Amino acid sequence: MTVTASKSHYQSEEFARRLRGRYAAERNFKIAGIAALALASMMLVVLLTSIVSKGYTAFQQAQVRLEVTLDKAMVEERNYTAILRQALYAQFPQITDRTGKRTLNELLSSGAPYELEALVKQNPAIVGTTQTVWVRADDEVDQFVKGNFPRTAPESERRLNDAKIAAIDAMTAKGTLVQAFNTTLFSAGDSREAEQAGIWGAIVGSMLTLMVTMLLSVPIGVAAAVYLEEFAPKNKWTDLIEVNINNLAAVPSIIFGLLGLAVFLGFFGLPRSAPLVGGLVMALMTLPVIIISARVALKSVPPSIREAALGIGASPLQTVTHHVLPLAMPGILTGTIIGMARALGETAPLLMIGMVAFIVDIPHGLTDSATVLPVQIYMWADSPERAFTERTSAAIMILLGFLILMNGLAVFLRKKFERRW
Amino acid sequence: MQITVLVLILALLTVSGFQMGRSRAVASVGGRLVELHSVPSYHGFYVALWAGLPALFLFALWTASEGWLIMRMVMSALPDRLVAGDPQTLNLLKADILNIAHGISTGRDVDPAVTAAAAHYNSLRAISDWSLLAIGASLAVAGLAYGRQCISPDLRARNRVERVVNIGLVICSMVAILTTIGIVLSLLFEALRFFSVVSPIDFLLGTHWSPQMAMRADQVGSSGSFGVIPLFTGTLLITAIAMIVAVPVGLMSAIYMSEYANPNVRTWLKPILEILAGIPTVVYGFFAALTMAPFVRSIGHSIGLDVSSESALSAGIVMGVMIIPFVSSLSDDVINAVPQALRDGSYGLGATKSETIRQVVIPAALPGIVAAIMLAVSRAIGETMIVTMASGLTANLTANPLDAVTTVTTQIATLLVGDQEFDSPKTLSAFGLGLVLFVVTLSLNMVALRVVQKYREKYD
Repeated sequence: MTVTASKSHYQSEEFARRLRGRYAAERNFKIAGIAALALASMMLVVLLTSIVSKGYTAFQQAQVRLEVTLDKAMVEERNYTAILRQALYAQFPQITDRTGKRTLNELLSSGAPYELEALVKQNPAIVGTTQTVWVRADDEVDQFVKGNFPRTAPESERRLNDAKIAAIDAMTAKGTLVQAFNTTLFSAGDSREAEQAGIWGAIVGSMLTLMVTMLLSVPIGVAAAVYLEEFAPKNKWTDLIEVNINNLAAVPSIIFGLLGLAVFLGFFGLPRSAPLVGGLVMALMTLPVIIISARVALKSVPPSIREAALGIGASPLQTVTHHVLPLAMPGILTGTIIGMARALGETAPLLMIGMVAFIVDIPHGLTDSATVLPVQIYMWADSPERAFTERTSAAIMILLGFLILMNGLAVFLRKKFERRW
Repeated sequence: MQITVLVLILALLTVSGFQMGRSRAVASVGGRLVELHSVPSYHGFYVALWAGLPALFLFALWTASEGWLIMRMVMSALPDRLVAGDPQTLNLLKADILNIAHGISTGRDVDPAVTAAAAHYNSLRAISDWSLLAIGASLAVAGLAYGRQCISPDLRARNRVERVVNIGLVICSMVAILTTIGIVLSLLFEALRFFSVVSPIDFLLGTHWSPQMAMRADQVGSSGSFGVIPLFTGTLLITAIAMIVAVPVGLMSAIYMSEYANPNVRTWLKPILEILAGIPTVVYGFFAALTMAPFVRSIGHSIGLDVSSESALSAGIVMGVMIIPFVSSLSDDVINAVPQALRDGSYGLGATKSETIRQVVIPAALPGIVAAIMLAVSRAIGETMIVTMASGLTANLTANPLDAVTTVTTQIATLLVGDQEFDSPKTLSAFGLGLVLFVVTLSLNMVALRVVQKYREKYD
């Protein structure tokens, strides 16, 4: 009886409709999941392509070839601007009026005389001879050559007037204005002129900061993890430390900047903008990350290892330093690298301690004024010039390159040394 | 320079102390190591600690007190007419002396007495550095000699070294606590100074934010009012937009990855989210300001809406994208923690996979998911770079996502960037904002951690 009844029930139109509805809901739910992941991946792709498409051109820079006559008197007067201009005018014998010459002057970077000066300093024998040199073009010329300023716009709306464009075209045709690899980007510090601005100063600043961070946070973090995991008694006090570390890991990074400003700069009177202070702040910030990952790594070492070591008479400290720590090392290293990668990309706390200053010189020590790569990106992003946008994107690409390298190393270490007990 | 030399000397003495201690321990028993209480290397560490630690303490103490002491000596040597001012001018004077001493131009005409003080400062500093080098090095040598002299077969070197190491470990684990105390004290201390100028009630309940203080009485447009309500609403607006993006996408990604995706697909999908999580916030900020904001603006224009170029919407969307991996990895953990038996029971009753997820897995994982969302909210509130770069500076009290709003973190960042007097209410207000931010995020985290802990106990 019931069997037949239920059979008819399962075959009913209503049941079939409900079942179709349930399967449709199932399908929709699955599609929603795929859509969510697709959206996330799409955002990643959009983000990366927008940065690469904006930034890849920054690795090239327009350069001008000039036949300069290094007149001895002019070199002694350090009048390199005039030397360069003479060489430039020589390429355009038809231009003789002041306006025309001024237009030509604007083709060269304002840093070009210094380039020439450096060349002469490097090789004083060339004074008095005629040399072929390549100097940087102005950033607007560079952007025009790269096609970022449309040629078709009416002259009044263009950043370059017709005369300038004519000169650029003539030089391009002659081969005296070409795109070459942008070495300045990798060798110079910051500058107000886009064509003279580079990220080397920021990279050195980042390295110095990261060095301080690593030297402080890794030993302290690992020691704290060892204590909490291996030696600490289970009581209120260690509970407090644990809760504290977990909370500290979630404190907004800008708060650490305020701490650095009030304590390191205000109380201890350390210098502003110094990698030393940046490193200290970052060390406090990454400490919880390192402690947490080191504890996980220590926890994954099986107790049998400890018992075996203790059993043959090792002291607890010997057990840890001779056996547990070496076995946990790959895990600790992975956590450390990830923590360092985070510190490398961090910006907000460094703004608080004055690393946002405009610094042209490459820092040489821990107390020199310096900036770091993310802060350099932040500062360049504020500049309205098209050439800076391009360089910001290039700097981002380099920063991401470093981060991918570090994370790749972490993944590699994890894969290579991962051990199942 | 002297400090580098001192560090090198210390390193050298410690290493040689280790060698000396070890060889002396071996020699003291004539090579019959069984007669030693501890292994020779422990004797080595013992001597090395004696050589290194006292000098290191001196070094720490010296550098902590040096600047303050020297400044006091310099100030006391200054003529009375300079020292007579109120604390604020005194601080300015100190900063001037420091700047000149470090060779930085102050950009003002400088009193010759101040220049002389800077020279005095530099000479005292040099004396201090040299004496630190001399005293530190001799202390290390003395420690080395003493430690070496202590070595005997009966010396309980292992116990003593381990005691010191243990104390070191405890100190290291206290750094986290000290950091928290440092944060609380520095925020509280500066915020109290701020609240002595601006009443906390005006601060927390005021609806007008314009931190420009009037320098002169007749200055126009610098009202100096510190009402944080517009900052809160701005923060909440952007956070809400970010959550609208991040929670559904993050949660659905987590569900798909843990319930539907096969392991092969997972190994491909996980890294995508990890890359999103690893991108620095300044990059997101750049993306929000230069790609997302114009895009949102042009879309708004095409459907006839007036969108601000620094709209809350674009900053919120990008922040949401940033938080997706955060939500998804936390929810992934809690979804995986739901016992398989619950799912099997649901399947056994004839439920489809999505019904099981919606009616069994999610309710079971709900406390964890709520905690994840709370952590994500706290993260969004504390995020600085995206909003600094992509949202405005004007404090609008509005709920319209197309308007420009400003946030607590943006204000902290802009108030403290650049040249500033440390004592004006304008800069101090940043610490007041920081305190509020710290309290809000801390309580969100505390509650979230509590919820997670409670939830964990349920299934273990």
